Amino acid sequence: MAKIIIPTPLRKFTDNQSSFQATANNVGAALSELTETYPGIKGHLYDDQGQVRQFIKVFVGEDDIKSLDNENTAVETATVISIVPAIAGGCC
Amino acid sequence: MADIIITENARKVILKDAEQTYPHECCGFFYGTDEDTRTVLEAIPVENTKEENRERRFEISAKDYLKAEQYADEKGLTLLGVYHSHPEHPAIPSEHDLRQALPYFSYIIVSVKKAKTVNVLSWKLNDQGRFAEEKVINQNNPFDVDVFLSSYQ
Ligand SMILES: [Zn+2]
Repeated sequence: MAKIIIPTPLRKFTDNQSSFQATANNVGAALSELTETYPGIKGHLYDDQGQVRQFIKVFVGEDDIKSLDNENTAVETATVISIVPAIAGGCC
Repeated sequence: MADIIITENARKVILKDAEQTYPHECCGFFYGTDEDTRTVLEAIPVENTKEENRERRFEISAKDYLKAEQYADEKGLTLLGVYHSHPEHPAIPSEHDLRQALPYFSYIIVSVKKAKTVNVLSWKLNDQGRFAEEKVINQNNPFDVDVFLSSYQ
């Protein structure tokens, strides 16, 4: 069980829901539940190889899952998973 | 062209940040309501975490992004988008801006020359994944409209 926080720009793919309750016990499975429920969000989270996209980070609490056990990171009922888009740009 | 209303307070924060951060790029989030017309009620600067080339690049940390979502949630506002400045360049999105642009968000860009604001434009991805300009309406000053062109390819 874990709560996934959907970032504002992707809520148009989750019927405007700001969070999703997953029953899985790791991050990867929780995200799969999300994309099965809301297929429109999948292309914004994963690339064609099924990897989390270059400009998307996944956090468990305050930690990037890359510093934990990636998508195998275990989650509990109170766990909050956040999908974080990388924000960057420039002038030329 | 969709309208985006920027209230005086939010505009002041954005312009001050753009001018004070010059010659580097500034960046921040803005919050408000998303009815028929978007209204920017509040803007909050965040750190440009790019380690080099801040004259031409900006980056916002994941932690600041998370805080921005939490802030919107606590205040009952919508996180409407991201602003940044283009020192010595027009307020038109670059390839770099496009590559990391997200759906839904408005992207407010301030062109700054010699530490003074030239103009403020706003852009949003259309369904074809290109930037389309939004018409910026400065509240308290409804006839002061910044428009560069009707669409940007
Ligand atoms: Zn830019």
